[in-house]
Amino acid sequence: MGQGNDLTALTLAQARDGLRAKEFTARELTQSFVDRVAASEKLNAYILQTPEHALEAAERSDARLGADDARPLEGLPLGVKDLFCTRGVRTTACSNILGDFTPPYESKVTENLWADGALMLGKLNNDEFAMGSSNETSAYGACLNPWRTDAGEALVPGGSSGGSSAAIAARLGLAATATDTGGSIRQPAALTGTVGLKPTYGRCSRWGIVAFASSLDQAGPITRTVRDSAIMLTSMAGHDARDTTSVDMVVPDYEAALTGDIRGLRIGVPKEYRIDTMPLEIEALWQQGMDWLRDAGAEIVDVSLPHTKYALPAYYIIAPAEASSNLARYDGVRYGARKMGDDIDDMYARTRGEGFGEEVQRRLLIGTYALSAGYYDAYYLKALQVRRLIAQDFENAYEHCDLLLTPTTPSAAFPLDKGQSDPLEMYLNDVFTVTVNLAGLPGISVPAGLDAKGLPLGLQLIGKAFGEEELLRAAQVLEEAAGFSAKPDDWWTSS
Amino acid sequence: MTDKTTENANLIAGATGDWEIVIGLEVHAQVSSDAKLFSGAATTFGAEPNTQVSLVDAAMPGMLPVINWKCVEQAVRTGLGLKAQINRYSVFDRKNYFYPDLPQGYQISQYLQPIVGEGEIEIDLEGGDVKTIGIERLHLEQDAGKSLHDQHPDLSFVDLNRSGVALMEIVSRPDMRSAAEAQAYVKKLRAILRYLGTCDGNMEQGSLRADVNVSVRKPGGDLGTRCEIKNVNSIRFIGQAIEHEARRQVDIIEDGGEIDQETRLFDPKRGETRSMRSKEEAHDYRYFPDPDLLPLTFSAEFVEDIARALPELPDDKKNRFMQDYSLSAYDAGVLVSEAENADFFEQAAKGRDAKATANMVIGSVFAGLNKAGLSISESPVKAEQIGQLVDLMSDQTISSRIAKDVFDLMFDDGPDQGRDPADIVEEKGLKQVTDTGAIEAAVDEVIAANPDKVEQAKAKPKMAGWFVGQVMQATDGKANPQAVNQLVLAKLGIEDQ
Repeated sequence: MGQGNDLTALTLAQARDGLRAKEFTARELTQSFVDRVAASEKLNAYILQTPEHALEAAERSDARLGADDARPLEGLPLGVKDLFCTRGVRTTACSNILGDFTPPYESKVTENLWADGALMLGKLNNDEFAMGSSNETSAYGACLNPWRTDAGEALVPGGSSGGSSAAIAARLGLAATATDTGGSIRQPAALTGTVGLKPTYGRCSRWGIVAFASSLDQAGPITRTVRDSAIMLTSMAGHDARDTTSVDMVVPDYEAALTGDIRGLRIGVPKEYRIDTMPLEIEALWQQGMDWLRDAGAEIVDVSLPHTKYALPAYYIIAPAEASSNLARYDGVRYGARKMGDDIDDMYARTRGEGFGEEVQRRLLIGTYALSAGYYDAYYLKALQVRRLIAQDFENAYEHCDLLLTPTTPSAAFPLDKGQSDPLEMYLNDVFTVTVNLAGLPGISVPAGLDAKGLPLGLQLIGKAFGEEELLRAAQVLEEAAGFSAKPDDWWTSS
Repeated sequence: MTDKTTENANLIAGATGDWEIVIGLEVHAQVSSDAKLFSGAATTFGAEPNTQVSLVDAAMPGMLPVINWKCVEQAVRTGLGLKAQINRYSVFDRKNYFYPDLPQGYQISQYLQPIVGEGEIEIDLEGGDVKTIGIERLHLEQDAGKSLHDQHPDLSFVDLNRSGVALMEIVSRPDMRSAAEAQAYVKKLRAILRYLGTCDGNMEQGSLRADVNVSVRKPGGDLGTRCEIKNVNSIRFIGQAIEHEARRQVDIIEDGGEIDQETRLFDPKRGETRSMRSKEEAHDYRYFPDPDLLPLTFSAEFVEDIARALPELPDDKKNRFMQDYSLSAYDAGVLVSEAENADFFEQAAKGRDAKATANMVIGSVFAGLNKAGLSISESPVKAEQIGQLVDLMSDQTISSRIAKDVFDLMFDDGPDQGRDPADIVEEKGLKQVTDTGAIEAAVDEVIAANPDKVEQAKAKPKMAGWFVGQVMQATDGKANPQAVNQLVLAKLGIEDQ
């Protein structure tokens, strides 16, 4: 697979340590990634490459490394989901409506990463405005999963952070930023054999991230290892006075929390997650996960999250409702694409009719309907009540356990075009992940095995609010026990 | 609450009898604050278009609102000034609609849980009557930008300087029964806001504007269907709009028609209201709590600190003026209408005859300023100088008539503008003649020249006033009127009453 001396085969932690040991330079490391990104366009993971940016930053990092003045992420090349506004670099949320929008500002999360010495390889593909579970709604076209069936059938990398998951699985960056509103970090991580961490709501600033559903959106990393996720979160997290929903709490050194010791930890297994349609191999993997954690000294306890079945419907009211309002600003008046019309209403209709894709329009209609006079109480208000009950479910469960273990997704990666006919089938991808967003909790997907077709499957651990240290500690134990080492064939690179 | 709604003066006559007008007002008052409600951008009036716009105000992708606590403080201060309930837990909602000068596609407002609840205002009516008008609520919200339709032949331009500026929407109960009451309400509300320093009350600049809800009914009957007249921006227009609208509604009902609940605009050029949008065309604003903002909460101490620093408000000041200075309700009311005016009066009246000072301030200073279109701070005559002028009258250096002339010299454009009154009196020799010999000579002269009038006066003592006038005229007004009066009576042989 040609990964022998290839610097792109390193994990983020290995690359960091190698740079400090002066085994190679940031310039060499970055060049390896720049070349590999350029050779991997077939995947359509990057919708914008910024090699000059990356190489210039690498030179500066080398100067600091040479002066033993390295910052935590010095010289480490990352990919950035196109939902994050990047100063002077086109940011579109993969929607036509933003056109060639180039923000004059930098999102807080990426600003934190650059301040810690990381550098940007480019902008990553995602579902338009993060609405989707397959990355197929992107205005820049579908992104392909580096994993495919033995028959060579193309698969989706999950979504909405499909570019991020594909890029990390394909070694097109040491780590990637991503966002998770209903599962958009964890589901694509599960479908690509990568680690996806959604932190507690409020742990990372939302400032400068194109909003989908404000009360659910949260930034997090997609990485190859749990350790890399811990390192990334330490830099990404933090209070921001410009986001009043971000929490003013000290950011711990998450990497230091990875002690490998989970003895005495109580792992809850929610019975409501045993859904009828779940494939047997996922059920088996889940059981395997329990065994691994038990073997490591944890205690497995059965718990109940009785309102789970209402989570998906509630989510598909709340998220579209907020989106219908959040996306109202894309009106063709101030920035982005504009289609002129006969009058202002016609201009709005054309701009938004042509600028938004089908799935985004569908959700804007759902959200507008749910908030309309006469329907608000029946839909939006009811969904908020369900949301409180779901949060209460978790609180009750955490009286009996410290973490929860569930599958991340009800299936492995699926072929392209599968969800086109029935959006509801696509929405089912979020069935194990949305509850976590509704309750504002942290969750992580860890690659745990392969299905019969040789495709990766993930297990999800769910933590208590701001319990990322415990969550990451257990995730790393799970990761080690699973020993997931499979890698996709390098079928996509052009030489 | 005293309800004087059935007083005949307020009713309007129709073909089928008298009608009563029911009025409620929603006043939008711009919060006095250097920065906007959710961004740090400046709020100065009259800046070049789009020079006071932050990334948040322009609703750039990923931007988030952060509450400006100065505006919260101002809303609480206003609530306390309206003797209203302060809600230490309130919620910001999004009011969704599309308009080019509304960058977010929604206005951040407060819908179900406003920061201030019920309160009241006492309004001063003609004849010294006072009526209490209920306040339903006060909430904070963002202003929109401005569409400019005169910059390009086919396109409209947008100025976002106002976008995001903090407004207080103050909603009254439908307690007003005439245009005059509505006007008195706005005047009083404006005075309170200005006393509090929470809104400059400048209607020309749009800092204060009113949505006027008007309906008509038979006296004491059920409430009629109301129409809302949007964005009326002067007290005079508020009166005109109400009178026109009430008459329009009466005419429709008496012609057998029905009032459509609708939003109307007042056209000041024609003095009439016209339909803007009907109930069917009304927006569905799809209010919901803004997920970018946590509920607004603050401590009881926060409220108490503001309450402690509250200034004396118009009603309290008026009562004090009536008590401490023995002024009439009318005079006190006029003096306290603006805090600066009241301060001017108090400064001038310090240690002096308050009634005479009040007369001078109201009759000369306010009248002069009104005529010249100046504010009190621009007055050429300072408060201290008014005091000096009153002193000159009190110690009988000059008569009140001369005082009026001296004031004019001090006030009007000219070499004496802004000079101290004593200097002017001295230089122009305006001192009152108190030398009884000189006055006596003048009195004798007038009596000698008018023997017929002397006879008349003996029969009718009130005629003595005529002689006093003649003498004053003969002495260029410098004779002490009291001395003249006494001498005239003595010489005519009339007993002093």
